[in-house]
Amino acid sequence: MKLEYIGLENIDGPLVVLSGVKGAKNEEIVEITVAGKKKLGKIIELREDACVVQVFEGTRDLSLTNTRTKLTGNPMMMPLSEEILGRILNGRGKPIDGLGDIYAKDKRDINGMPINPVARKYPRDYIQTGISSIDGLTTLIRGQKLPIFSGNGLPHNKLAAQIVKQAKIAGENFAVVFVAMGVKYDVAEYFKRSFTESGVLEKVVMLLNLANDPVVERIITPRCGLTIAEYLAFTLKMHVLVIMTDMTSYAEALREVSSSKNEIPSRKGFPGYLYSDLASLYERAGMLKDQEGSITQIPILTMPNDDITHPVPDLTAYITEGQIVLGRELFQKGVYPPITILPSLSRLMKDGIGEGFTREDHPDVANQLFASFARVQEIRALAAVIGEDELSEIDQLYIRFGKLFEKYFIAQSEDEERDMEQTLTLGWTLLGFLPVAELDRMSPKLIEKYYKAGSNERLLYKGI
Amino acid sequence: MVETMNNFTTGYISGINGSVITIHGSKDFAMREMVIVGNLKLSGEVIAIRGEDVIAQVYEVTTGLKLHEPVIGTGQPLSVTLGPGIIGNVFDGIQRPLESIMKLTGAFIGRGIDVDAINMTKKWNIDIKVKKGDMLTGGFVIGTVKESSSITHQVMVPPTLKGKVTKVVPSGAYTVGETIIIIEDDKKTHEISMVQKWPVRDPRPFINRIPVSKPLITGQRVFDTMFPIAKGGTGAIPGGFGTGKTMTQHQFAKWSDADIIVYIGCGERGNEITSVLEDFPKLIDPKSKRPLMERTILIANTSNMPVAAREASIYTGITLAEYYRDMGYHVAVMADSTSRWAEALREISGRLEEMPAEEGFPAYLQSRLSEFYERAGYVTSLCNKTGSVTVVGAVSPQGSDFSEPVTMNTKRFVRSFWALDKQLAYERHYPAVNWTSSYSEYIDELTPWYEKNVNKDFMVNRTKLIALLQEESKLMEIVKLIGSDILPDEQKLILEITKAIRLGFLQQNAFHEEDTFVPIQKQYLMMSCILKVNDKAKILVRKGIPVSVIKKTGVFSTLSKMKYTIKNDRLESFNELENNLISNLDELLLQYEG
Ligand SMILES: Nc1ncnc2c1ncn2[C@@H]1O[C@H](COP(=O)(O)OP(=O)(O)OP(=O)(O)O)[C@@H](O)[C@H]1O
Ligand SMILES: [Mg+2]
Repeated sequence: MKLEYIGLENIDGPLVVLSGVKGAKNEEIVEITVAGKKKLGKIIELREDACVVQVFEGTRDLSLTNTRTKLTGNPMMMPLSEEILGRILNGRGKPIDGLGDIYAKDKRDINGMPINPVARKYPRDYIQTGISSIDGLTTLIRGQKLPIFSGNGLPHNKLAAQIVKQAKIAGENFAVVFVAMGVKYDVAEYFKRSFTESGVLEKVVMLLNLANDPVVERIITPRCGLTIAEYLAFTLKMHVLVIMTDMTSYAEALREVSSSKNEIPSRKGFPGYLYSDLASLYERAGMLKDQEGSITQIPILTMPNDDITHPVPDLTAYITEGQIVLGRELFQKGVYPPITILPSLSRLMKDGIGEGFTREDHPDVANQLFASFARVQEIRALAAVIGEDELSEIDQLYIRFGKLFEKYFIAQSEDEERDMEQTLTLGWTLLGFLPVAELDRMSPKLIEKYYKAGSNERLLYKGI
Repeated sequence: MVETMNNFTTGYISGINGSVITIHGSKDFAMREMVIVGNLKLSGEVIAIRGEDVIAQVYEVTTGLKLHEPVIGTGQPLSVTLGPGIIGNVFDGIQRPLESIMKLTGAFIGRGIDVDAINMTKKWNIDIKVKKGDMLTGGFVIGTVKESSSITHQVMVPPTLKGKVTKVVPSGAYTVGETIIIIEDDKKTHEISMVQKWPVRDPRPFINRIPVSKPLITGQRVFDTMFPIAKGGTGAIPGGFGTGKTMTQHQFAKWSDADIIVYIGCGERGNEITSVLEDFPKLIDPKSKRPLMERTILIANTSNMPVAAREASIYTGITLAEYYRDMGYHVAVMADSTSRWAEALREISGRLEEMPAEEGFPAYLQSRLSEFYERAGYVTSLCNKTGSVTVVGAVSPQGSDFSEPVTMNTKRFVRSFWALDKQLAYERHYPAVNWTSSYSEYIDELTPWYEKNVNKDFMVNRTKLIALLQEESKLMEIVKLIGSDILPDEQKLILEITKAIRLGFLQQNAFHEEDTFVPIQKQYLMMSCILKVNDKAKILVRKGIPVSVIKKTGVFSTLSKMKYTIKNDRLESFNELENNLISNLDELLLQYEG
């Protein structure tokens, strides 16, 4: 029989303090019983006179006298077996689909352990998503962590669902881990429907911490999810795609705990260790040497006020291997997916595209489209000042190129799937609207092989 | 309650807060002493002593530690093990080889691992250089060992020892731990082997500093030509996410003419270390013609590894660099990223409840930064060899805001400053070094070298190039408002020539076989070719020939492509290229005049 401690010393936000606790381990999980209900908490600080516990399900209903607390002796563990596929769990990894507990072949600490850099395999295989702006310009690589930076009301969920549906992983040993943190019920429902429609539901594990679920619980939800992902990828050798949404809600939960601990904040009240904490999640993506299996992460976050310099997107992009940025302007123009290409980047693409991977012209086409579109943006700014009619002839060509680029290359419908060949050809057709002298990022050999001057819109239309 | 066990101080854990623990039970712990923490035997370091409370940072995750578990002092400060076997290795922040850790705990890093920093069983062939009766002082070379095909290791007397040789082994194969000489000093004898320890937070001593005078040639035009760094100098690369800090440092590590590279991945991505490990053994050092890995040392404390060891990693790296400097090598240290190191300081400082200065960083941030960069330098070592440590630090400003504390403080202590620009990165102009806000304070010191070794005109031409780019940025302010169509032709020419400079000279594609590394001679020839064309074109414009007509000859686009068309080993082709370009322009002039 384990010892139970009656009562608490202090309650402050999500934190409670116990005294007189013997033999407690740092970061072990405790069970607090209040009025017959159990809440879980984690020991986050130990002193001779006090044991500070962060309560995951909130401290509502707790009083200094009405609790009984028990040490479990372990950090948070996740039960694991292949039966976890197809299951729906709450934010603490407990099944909520009425199908009973998960049979545990293995149990693992949800905090995981860092992958040894010498044990990693550098990811080089691209995943075709069928979306031109991603495949062509920010290619997703298996084992990459590539977040979607979005804003409130932008169609990030649609895009993520489309990627899952179209990504050429079907037929293989693949799985999806979907981690919801602080999102609305509708969003979770939307993903579930879309997984059902694309017929992958039995390959999906869903972890749901919804908007009305305890805030602090959010801190463990992605850790449970990633522990499952590691099991599927490195024990069962599957290719796992992890979608985590919304990382901003996650970081806010962290901020809440930090401020109850009276920690000195850095920017916007977020704790100084936000970077390290986020890294402890994102770095769990990757591949291992001499092993099948991979973890690809697509975290989704909403940028408060669409501000990319906000600490959450900023620190995320400092850790992830690029970012796909959605923009309100494109969205308002009715472009789906509204991917703003200039700030978007896939860092692993350089090693996974081109000859032997996609097609030999891919790096140059991408480079040229980026450079030409950057020029479009400059000219648009000028046009806003002097008027489009006053632009020089060549600048007018750029304006037209820009419009068509958004209309035919970026925009595509929710169920439209383009292969790599099609995307690259589309790129060349668009570049045909510019005089060859403007293609300053392109090798002459490729120009000779692919460039055709004087495109017209019909060609574009045919190309999609 | 002081318990002694083999003279080691023992105490017990009386508080745990993240990576920081409080120790009670002994007053004998010393500041900066390494300690062994808990039943798991985690390693830690004493970082504060406040009355009864001895406070230590723990280099490993503290999950599962309990109060009252023992803490044992080692009597030693955090030190690195120095000797043959360091080159080509990958260490974590406290010099534990990651390969050995993998052998013990598999693909994921476990805890409480006790591994030797360097291989203690391998035998190395040492060529002994001293004999019985010799008087040796600290730093004196005892013998040499071929450590890798490009590095000859000088086995030196530890800096703190001196004495007369009373015993010496013959040249031959020994493990690093075996005694190779015994020296006697004041009746005390010291057994010396091929390894020595050195506390990472103390700079290694040398005889004197030598003023810097040689550039670290990196093969990257915007660095070597525009904003060079001296061997023994300091430089910082600040830039927002994705602007190219890591790429730049990888390029430096690959192509710079240092003898040895110490690459510190400090709180950054695991895959970036993996890519070095996969690429470097296959790449050939242009100088020694040997695989790059044979001159490279990696320190990898990635962002998900414990934060206290991240703090230490910077010191571990620079100490290894100083050690090889002492042997007479030119060592370049790449620290990616110093911001993550500063954040580690901040996190630990927060747990110590210290009074924060700006943005939660401790007030000693700037002194720590200056101490770190101060360890760079060009020196005469204790064994009278000249060597250098060059330090290049990446800075990752939060929100890409260069006025944040780490960038601001770093700027005070470095002399080359390469500001990476988000806008340029968006345009995929790489390296995204902003040519108006970057600078090098080494120009004066390095001018004689460039004039002697490259060309008398080098710096004059560089100044011209910079002047053109400055004029361009002034013009662009106008262009933004009225477009370029109505500018006078002299100004249009500036826009065309600077476009060629940007595309053809400043942009350099790290993934292009030919362009990834460019010899300094080629950099000069490219620059001079651009300037000659500019001079000629100016004459044409003065004669009334419109820039649009000059443009049609294709001279400008030829300039932007010459980096690809002229191979690095065919520099004589520049003559022909220049002649062609000039005669194109001459013909045009004739047509106009005729
Ligand atoms: N010289 C270059 N040539 C070609 N591409 C480059 C060059 N420099 C940077 N890039 C591109 O920019 C991307 C980002 O570069 P890098 O990873 O070095 O950024 P960073 O500044 O280190 O970012 P972070 O702070 O997030 O680590 C690279 O993946 C590459 O695609
Ligand atoms: Mg980087």
